[in-house]
Amino acid sequence: MSTTMNDSSERPAGAKAADGAPAPARIAINDLDFFYGSHKALTNINLAFPTRQVTGMIGPSGCGKSTLLRVLNRMYDLYPGQRATGQVMMDGVNIISPDIDLNQLRSRIGMVFQKPTPFPMTIYDNIAFGVKLHERLSKSAMDERVEWSLTRAALWGEVKDRLNGSAMGLSGGQQQRLCIARTIAVRPEVILLDEPTSALDPISTLKIEELIDELKRDFTIAIVTHNMQQAARCADQVAFFYLGEMVEAGSATQMFTTPRERRTQEYITGRFG
Amino acid sequence: MTDAEHIVKRYDEELARLRGLMTDMGGMVESQVAAACDAILLRDGDAAARAVELDPRVDAMEHEAEQFVIRMLALRQPMAQDLRQIVASLKMTGDLERIGDYAANVAKRSIVLKEFPAPYSLTGLAHMARLVQDQLKLIIDAIGENDMDKALQVWRGDTQIDEIYNALFRELITYMMEDARNITACTHLLFIAKNLERIGDHATNIAETVYYAITGAPLSDARPKGDTSAYAVVRRHD
Repeated sequence: MSTTMNDSSERPAGAKAADGAPAPARIAINDLDFFYGSHKALTNINLAFPTRQVTGMIGPSGCGKSTLLRVLNRMYDLYPGQRATGQVMMDGVNIISPDIDLNQLRSRIGMVFQKPTPFPMTIYDNIAFGVKLHERLSKSAMDERVEWSLTRAALWGEVKDRLNGSAMGLSGGQQQRLCIARTIAVRPEVILLDEPTSALDPISTLKIEELIDELKRDFTIAIVTHNMQQAARCADQVAFFYLGEMVEAGSATQMFTTPRERRTQEYITGRFG
Repeated sequence: MTDAEHIVKRYDEELARLRGLMTDMGGMVESQVAAACDAILLRDGDAAARAVELDPRVDAMEHEAEQFVIRMLALRQPMAQDLRQIVASLKMTGDLERIGDYAANVAKRSIVLKEFPAPYSLTGLAHMARLVQDQLKLIIDAIGENDMDKALQVWRGDTQIDEIYNALFRELITYMMEDARNITACTHLLFIAKNLERIGDHATNIAETVYYAITGAPLSDARPKGDTSAYAVVRRHD
């Protein structure tokens, strides 16, 4: 799979890599508008997702943050009447242009949903299913890929003796990690997480947060969350959305200690409304 | 900064109570310092006793405020201006408690000093005591009213206290060199002056904390420092 990086000119505003230098943007959104039919759900969004960093997106329900995730892997293409205008640049290509190969795009930008969505098949097949759509692997190579994915998703130790058991028998937290394993099995570059822990208990939530910390070594991550503390813990960069606009983006530390905008301040301190 | 109310009204009530705890503790420390100053300047033994007796009450208030802050951090998981105010309160209780300790120490020394004739006029010390009390009153107002301008005024006002302290330091050493019988009283006076100067420093710390809580920006980069007594040498003129 191609991992060519052609993004040296796309740098996000406030994001810094560990060495202090600005991290290059894996995805850069420029002047994005999004419509559900005649309703404009996103207005003039400009945001960069720094490479191998976690970008947290926060905001009240209906503010457009999940819509933005759905734009990033063209999920909206499944529905008529939904359209995006503007640019979402990845490796110099506008990924919302109509001539993009969606299967290839979605193998590069994987998504994990709010509720765990395991397929009703074995744990092994849950992982192998997606891989087979994109690659032809020998049995041993597929075994390796399954082990690699489950290990990276911090699930291998718990399921290695029951790979042929049904995925539906796993706990909610395990199912969500299986979904993350399934997403990374096709070796994407970007992982989109849409409220990945909102249906999970606190311990499973912490395991997913630990996993996010691990995964950002290899992947660029965008996470939508309603849990402010989770955004503060997991994200390097945080963007606050309100009524379809991006009000403010900055480092997580700055956003949660000294936000610039009054609306951000009111939202994160629980004064909204 | 925003003045909007929290969705959870209890949270607003708790923040108001925290601010109340700070001003109550500040008020108690203020009267402790006033009593300590009366104890030296008026040679008032009762005032000295009051200042010393207030100390355990100030300590108890510090403890109460700390517990309250810990509870709020655990239950509310505050963010932004709330987080800054709550953490600032924790820091300010520490400063206020130290001010109380210095006041109690001044009061205790005043009891010893009563045994000695004053070796010189206490005008300089009285001036310093007044400035320190003014600073303290202003900073407690700043806490209660969340007033950045008052905090800045206190922050800038500390240099004057330092200057008086430096002058007192030289003066007292001179007295000691002139007559060794002055040493006990002057040493106590020197410590008293130092304690007052430290009270001024803690008021300045609180000013920085108040400023940070309001603005989110630090105020500690170019703090005016006027205490040069660490480098002072007074030579005997034979």
